[in-house]
Amino acid sequence: MSLSFLEGLRFARVDSPLHRADPRAKFAMALSFFASSLIFTNALALLALFALQIPIALMGRIARRWARSLRGGAFLAILIFLMNFLTGQGASFSIAMSLRFFCLLSSFSIFFLTTSPDDLGLALEQCKIPYAISFTFTTAVRLVPTMAMDAQEIIDAQRSRGLELERGKLLRRVRNYIPILVPLIVCAIRRSLEMAEALESRAFGASERRTSLIALRMGAGDFAIVALSIALLASSIYISRSFQMPSLEALDSLLSFKWGFAQPAALGRIPKA
Amino acid sequence: MIEVEGLVFRYPNGFEALRGVDLRIGDGEFVAIMGENGAGKTTLVKHFNGLLKPTLGRVLIDGVDTRDASVAELARSVGLVFQNPDRQLFSETVREEVAFALRNFGFSEEIVSKRVERILGMLDLSEYADTSPFLLSGGERKRVALASVLVWDPKHVILDEPTIGQDHLQKERLRDFIMQINDQGKTVVIVTHDVEFVAEAKPRVVLMSKGEIVGDGRAEEVLSDRDLVDRASLIRPQISELADSLSDKGLPRGLIDAYSARSAILRLLRERHVPELP
Ligand SMILES: Nc1ncnc2c1ncn2[C@@H]1O[C@H](COP(=O)(O)OP(=O)(O)O)[C@@H](O)[C@H]1O
Ligand SMILES: [Mg+2]
Repeated sequence: MSLSFLEGLRFARVDSPLHRADPRAKFAMALSFFASSLIFTNALALLALFALQIPIALMGRIARRWARSLRGGAFLAILIFLMNFLTGQGASFSIAMSLRFFCLLSSFSIFFLTTSPDDLGLALEQCKIPYAISFTFTTAVRLVPTMAMDAQEIIDAQRSRGLELERGKLLRRVRNYIPILVPLIVCAIRRSLEMAEALESRAFGASERRTSLIALRMGAGDFAIVALSIALLASSIYISRSFQMPSLEALDSLLSFKWGFAQPAALGRIPKA
Repeated sequence: MIEVEGLVFRYPNGFEALRGVDLRIGDGEFVAIMGENGAGKTTLVKHFNGLLKPTLGRVLIDGVDTRDASVAELARSVGLVFQNPDRQLFSETVREEVAFALRNFGFSEEIVSKRVERILGMLDLSEYADTSPFLLSGGERKRVALASVLVWDPKHVILDEPTIGQDHLQKERLRDFIMQINDQGKTVVIVTHDVEFVAEAKPRVVLMSKGEIVGDGRAEEVLSDRDLVDRASLIRPQISELADSLSDKGLPRGLIDAYSARSAILRLLRERHVPELP
C-alpha cells in the first residue's frame, strides 16, 4: 500500500506561466472545471473536459506529477465504476462517473500543484479572510505531505507486526485500520500542540491588522484565465441544456449482453438524456 | 541468514536510495549499520522483512526471496523495530499493545498472555502492564515498541535507531539487553549514528554512504579509520582520537573504547617500568 499519489497534490516548485498566475485566477479555473464536471453526466463530454486539462497541465510543467495523482486515483475510479455498474447503472453512465471523478481530481491536482501554500494564504488574506483562519487553512495544506509520511511510516510499522490490511471480511477490514488511525491522530494532535506553543512563543496574533510585503495583483493574463473559466462554465451549462450528446450507450448494450454485437447503429443513435 | 545481492532501490519519485548493495549477515551475528542521515540505512532494513521490494537485485531471508513472501510471513522470522514508537503505539494498555502481533500471528490466548508477561518482565515494563502507553516517558515507550516485536521471538531482530532519545543509563541497559539476546543466538542488526554505543558493544560495522556500502569489518577497524568515518559523516570515538594522538608514544591504533584503552595504557606503562599507579 502506498500513499505516493498524495505527492500529486503537493506543490511543485517549478517555474511556469501557471505558477506565476494569480492564485485567485487559478482558483476560478479549478472551480469552473469542478462545476462543469458536475453538470455533465455524459461520458464524451466529461472526456472532452478531461482532455481540456491536459494542455493546462503541460503548460504548468507538472504533467508527470499530475499523471501520478491520477494514477493514484485510479483505484477509486475503478471502485466508482464497479459500484455504479453493479447497481445496474449501465456501462456508459458508470464510465461517465469515473471520468467525472478524474475531472474533479485533475482540477484540484492542477490547482494545488501550481499554487504554493504561501500564495494560497496571501490570496485568502486579501479576500479579507481573518489571518487566523487563512493561516489554519494554509497550515493544513502544508501538513498534508507530513501526515502522508507519518501514515506511511505507521503502516510500515504495523505491517511489520503482522497486520494484514486486506485480510478478513468487511467489518474486520474496517477494524484493521484502527492501529493505523490511532497513532496518526495522536501524532497529528501532538504536532499541533507543539506548533501552538511555537506560534505563541513567537507572538502569533499580537497585531490585529497584518500587512503583507507582497500584494497580489491580477494582471492581464490572470483576467484572461478568469474570463476563459467563466466562458467554460457558461458553455458547459449551455451545451448540457441545449444539445443531446452522442453517448456511449452502445457499450451498455454490449456489456449487458442483451443485444450482443448486433447494434452498430447504436453509436450514432441519439439517446434520451 | 540475510543475503542482499546487487540491491538497487528507487523510490516512486525516482530517487535512487540504494545503488547496488551486497551484504551477507549470518545467523547469530551482531551487526551495526552506520552512516550519515539519508545514507539509505532505513531503506535497506525495510527490505529485510519485505516492506520494500528490490527494484533490481534480490534479498533472501533464510533462503526465501522476499518477493515470494508476504510481509506478515517474513515478519515471523525478521522482527523490525522502528525508530519512532509514536508511529505504532495505539492500544489502551501496554499489555494489549505487546499482545497485538501475537494475535495477528494467530497464537492461542494462553501463549499470548504467557509470552507477554515474560517479555514485559525482561524489559522492566511489568509495572506498566495496565498503563496506557501514551502516558509513558519517551524511553519507556521505546521499550514498549521493542517488547511488542521481541514478544514473538523472531530469529533476526532489526532495530532502527534504538538509542535515540535514551539517557545514558537506558543506553547501557539496552546494550546489555541486545548483547544478551545476541548471546542467545539471535541475529541482531542495529541501525545507528551512535558511535560511542557501537564502540562499547563492538559489533561488526557496516558503513553506508549515499546508498552504498563503503566499509565493512570489525568495529575496531572501521571506526578507527579516519577516511572511512569521514566519508560517512560520522565522528570517530573520542578514544580513537586519543589513541591516534598518543600513537607516537607507543599506543596501538584501533582502540575505540575506554576499557581496552585503559588496558593498553597500563601495559605500556608496565613495559616502560613506570611504577603502576595505585
Ligand atoms: N518515501 C520516500 N520517497 C522518496 N525518497 C525517500 C523516501 N524515503 C526516504 N527517501 C530518501 O531516501 C534516502 C535514504 O533514506 P533513509 O533510508 O531513510 O536514510 P537513513 O535511514 O540512512 O537516514 C534519503 O535521501 C531520503 O530522502
Ligand atoms: Mg533512518
